[in-house]
Amino acid sequence: MKLFKEICFATALTFAALVAPAPEAGAHEIKAGNLVIHHPWARQPMKMSEVAAGFMQIENKGTEDDRLIKATAEITPTVQIHEMKMEGDVMKMQELPDGLVIPAGKTVELKPKSFHIMFMGLKSKLMEGEEIKGTLVFEKAGTVEIDYEVTNPDAGMN
Amino acid sequence: MRRRRFILMVATLWMAALAAILLVTRGSTHWWTSVASRPVIGQPFHLAAARTGGFVDSRDLVGKPYGVFFGFTHCPEVCPTTLFEMSTAFGELKDEAKDFRLFFITVDPERDKPEILKDYLSNFDARIEGLVPTLDELPDLARSFRVVYEKVPSSDGGYTMNHTALVFLFDKQGEFKSSISFGEDPDVRLKKLRLIIIE
Repeated sequence: MKLFKEICFATALTFAALVAPAPEAGAHEIKAGNLVIHHPWARQPMKMSEVAAGFMQIENKGTEDDRLIKATAEITPTVQIHEMKMEGDVMKMQELPDGLVIPAGKTVELKPKSFHIMFMGLKSKLMEGEEIKGTLVFEKAGTVEIDYEVTNPDAGMN
Repeated sequence: MRRRRFILMVATLWMAALAAILLVTRGSTHWWTSVASRPVIGQPFHLAAARTGGFVDSRDLVGKPYGVFFGFTHCPEVCPTTLFEMSTAFGELKDEAKDFRLFFITVDPERDKPEILKDYLSNFDARIEGLVPTLDELPDLARSFRVVYEKVPSSDGGYTMNHTALVFLFDKQGEFKSSISFGEDPDVRLKKLRLIIIE
């Protein structure tokens, strides 16, 4: 009987392992009030490039909208919330002066070719495998400390 | 008298036939413009070359197909992605594209000095050359490529730039043939490059 129970347990474990989604490499999440910030990351900037873009998903589990109003980073004093979009064949990038609304019950994706955190005036070299420490400031959830994983320079391209 | 009438009739028929042909072809095929219907893109250029030093003159490019892309080094997404994707394509084409050049023309000559551009482009395939127009040369040059660019001030007192993100492809005769859009399917990108190379 004991053996039977053990076999059952082992089988259950095996199934659980099979069914559970494999964790994304380097994935991490940060909770702040009703917000969950999934996997902040940034590409290693190209040599001589003084800019880098930070990406993540921000999930709002609450019933009220929140708003990302500011971002900071230890590596540079100039960090902005940006939107990039294509208008026909013209690339347009702009700072979002009013920040980025995170609607109640929704997830907003900061990703290549879209919303991003823009690190500007980078003087020191950022390498793959390092991290960028910084904060995000939300209207309701307040200030949240986050760390971006620096990936290879061509992550998410192609 | 009879003979004159006959000639008149033949002439009238000819005229009618010609008029009919003209009407039909005008309406459909635009035969009279077919030779020159491709838009004129670009103009001869003579610009400072960041990677190899000296200047690149478009007149010296006869016999070699090339591409032109306008961008800037402070560009976080479109420019590195385009240069990376083009580098990948060159890698796949190998020797097929050995004489091909892609010119990265900066729309931000104030910050992108040749030495900065040279270091920046060392991230990418050696077939990509950086060209630096002067602030005076840039407007006409961009206009000839139908390229738009503008400075967008940011809250820190600096600026970023909006710009057209097409790669323009020129054939061996230096004539504009086609363009590659940002986010173009990799297979289509390769096909367009192959077409311009073998033409």
